[in-house]
Order: sequence, then C-alpha cells, then structure tokens
Amino acid sequence: MRKIFLPLTKDIIKTLKQGEQVLLNGSFLTARDAAHKRLTDTLKSGKRIPVSLKGETIYYTGPTPAKTGEVIGSCGPTTSSRMDSFTPLLLKYGLIGMVGKGERSKEVNLAIKKYGAAYFITIGGAGAYLSEKVKSAEVIAYKDLGPEAIYRLTVEDFPAIVNIL
Amino acid sequence: MTRILDSKLIQDEVKDLFIKVNTCLRPDILSGLKLARKKETSEKAKYCLDVIIKNASIAKKKMLAICQDTGMAVVYLRVGQSLVVKGDLKKSVAKGVALAYKKGYFRSSVVNDPLIRKNTNTNLPPIIYTDIVPGNKINIKVVAKGFGCENVSKIRMFKPTDSVSNIEEFIVDTVKEAGSRPCPPIYIGIGIGGTLDKAVSLSKEAIFRPLGKSSKYKHIAQLEKSVLKKVNSLKIGPVGVRGNTTALGVSVSTYPTHIAGLPVAVNISCHATRTAEATI
Repeated sequence: MRKIFLPLTKDIIKTLKQGEQVLLNGSFLTARDAAHKRLTDTLKSGKRIPVSLKGETIYYTGPTPAKTGEVIGSCGPTTSSRMDSFTPLLLKYGLIGMVGKGERSKEVNLAIKKYGAAYFITIGGAGAYLSEKVKSAEVIAYKDLGPEAIYRLTVEDFPAIVNIL
Repeated sequence: MTRILDSKLIQDEVKDLFIKVNTCLRPDILSGLKLARKKETSEKAKYCLDVIIKNASIAKKKMLAICQDTGMAVVYLRVGQSLVVKGDLKKSVAKGVALAYKKGYFRSSVVNDPLIRKNTNTNLPPIIYTDIVPGNKINIKVVAKGFGCENVSKIRMFKPTDSVSNIEEFIVDTVKEAGSRPCPPIYIGIGIGGTLDKAVSLSKEAIFRPLGKSSKYKHIAQLEKSVLKKVNSLKIGPVGVRGNTTALGVSVSTYPTHIAGLPVAVNISCHATRTAEATI
C-alpha cells in the first residue's frame, strides 16, 4: 500500500486512482455534524472561522474519550453523507481532502471534481484499530462541542481507500 | 414466591452489560465475520474484514470501545410480577448506564433535546422498556446501537393483500439504499405484524437472536433465507468495497396484526452489533 503524506496537494491527488488503498501520514482535522454547521454558519455570516481550511483534510469522526496515558479513544469514521450539504462551501474555502464512510451526494461528487479534491473512505466500525494509527490529538476549536469538537490528529499509516476524485 | 431485590444489583448489572457490549464483540457475530472472511475472493474485501476482526481483538484486549459510536442506551426490563424492587428501578438503570459510559470511556452521544441539541455529557437518559412477566426474577437486555445504521432503518405499512415478495423487495431496497453507510456486513432485524410501534419494537429485539439461528416458523425461516440471499447478491460487500457478504444474517420476528394492516420494520444493525442480556 502506498503511503500518502499530508497535507494533500493537487499534484498528489492527480496520482491517486479510484479504489486505490493508501496509508495516510501526517495530520488532518476532525469535524462532524455540529462543527460543520457552525463552520458554515460562521462563513455565511461573513465572519472568520477558527481554523484555516486551505489545503486541509477533514476526517469525519467523534472519538470516545482517551484513557489515561492514551492519545485518543476509539475513533472510526462516521457517515459522510450527513456532511454533504455543508461540503461544497468548505471546498470553496480550500478544503482538499475528506475521510469518512459511505456514499456522497451527486452535488458533492461534482464539487470534488470542480475543486480537484479527494474523498477517501476508511473502515467503519474499526475505531479501536484506527485509534492505534493516531499519534497525537489536540482540540483546536469548538471545545464546547465535546466529542464533536475540531481536533488536529497526527496519524501514521492510517488506512484509507480512494473513493471519489 | 415474592422476592425482594435491591435496585443496586440491577444498577451493577446494567453497568456491566454496557461495558461488555461496547468492548467485547458478540461471539456469534465474530464467528460470522470469520466465516465471511473465508467466503470473500477480492483482496480488498478480505483486507476490510481482517481489519474488522483485528479491531474486535484490540477492543477486547484494551477494553476500548469497538466503535466510537457507543450508542444511545436501550434497556429492556422484564420484571417478574412477584419481584419487589427495593429502591428506584429506573433511576438505578440510568445510573448503571452513566457509570458504564464513564468507566468505560465511552462517548456521550445523547443531546438533551432533539432540536436544541446540547450534549448531556452522561449519555443519559437511556430508553427503557418495561414489561411485567410471571415469576420473581428480572431479565435485563441491553442494546448499544450506533446511529450510522439506525439512520437507515425503515418502516412501511403494507396492505394486508400485499405479497411476501413485496415485503422482500422493500427489505432489499432498504439495504440497497443504505449502501455502505450502516457499516456492512450488517445484521438485519425485521419486525412483521402488530402495530406501527410493535413492528419497530420486534425488529429491534430481533437482533438479539444468535446469528445463524433461524425462526422456529418454517415460512418465516424461508423468508429469512430468501432475503439473505437477495441482499448478498447486491454485492455491496464489507465496508462497501464490493464483495460477497453484505449481510451476516437476517432475523425476523412476527406478531399477530390487524385485518387491515401489515406493518414491516427493517432494523439495520452494523457489523458491531452490540447486545447482551442477564437475568437476576
């Protein structure tokens, strides 16, 4: 399996093939429903969001709390399609990669092509396995959302499958 | 004979059951996954199942949640009519849930109000169903079901004159539409009969049945077999990467119904189907 180093770039994305199994290395953000809504509402109101999305990859997850001495708890992907209505706007603001599970809407498929982005799936329901691929985790925004806060995760050989290009 | 039971014992049992379901995959489900692994021919599907099987062993060894979506706690209580519970039964159940989610480092996934949506940070309240049965014991069944699969579950009110093949088509279409969202390979619980709510309830409890065990009714066992075959011919496969196993099993529960109706509920459960029960 090919190692892909984050942050993603359009040049890296050009080398990806649909259905290719890869290992992600580097760091990405986490965000799910509540964070997507807040990011979108903020952008729409013309205000600044607390993170830059330029060249970023978002992993759709809401981890379980980390046990003492552990980096993170169980952290598998959540269903990506719930983020569909928010995704085109985030792509417009520079988001380039997404990791989750399941199919995406037609609009998201088109937006991914338009912006030269990439959507990966990873293994749903394998949160314990995936937690071992996470080397650091830090809440960087929306702490009040608890498990739905935005984290920055550093990962090593995080398995993913290229799903939409 | 009347028996007195301290509600603290119920609290402890609820706590233990939720810690167990969230960290130790049901042995029948694990066996089903291993069998599915043998049946796969594509390397990608084999890889996905290997990861899922490895996930179960990591979770068990580290006492870590199998899946980060540790669910909204659903508890079924069947209370013997000759049992006297000392203390507050429902409060004890809720306390057991709260303790399990805290001690197990499970995710608090419950919001206080469906529209205001503020996390309660305790995974409370649970959903509790109670029933009164003969005897002086209490049977406790728990489910921790993630919402990836809950969100794609469905109910349809058929006409009494609709055919079994109409029902099969509805179930297969539900699975097809769900695609890879509910974390296949799935376990499908079906409830047929009763009322709107009864059918859903039947479909929820159907997934308690051990995988591979058929209905005791011949015509229902036949339906289960037929649906499983059709669902697997969709080839959605593990994680949705295409493959031979989209569902590990189908469990149908039935109940008498009204002359004017034929409710059918489809409860899709992910490969991390988390149920357990105990009797005190």
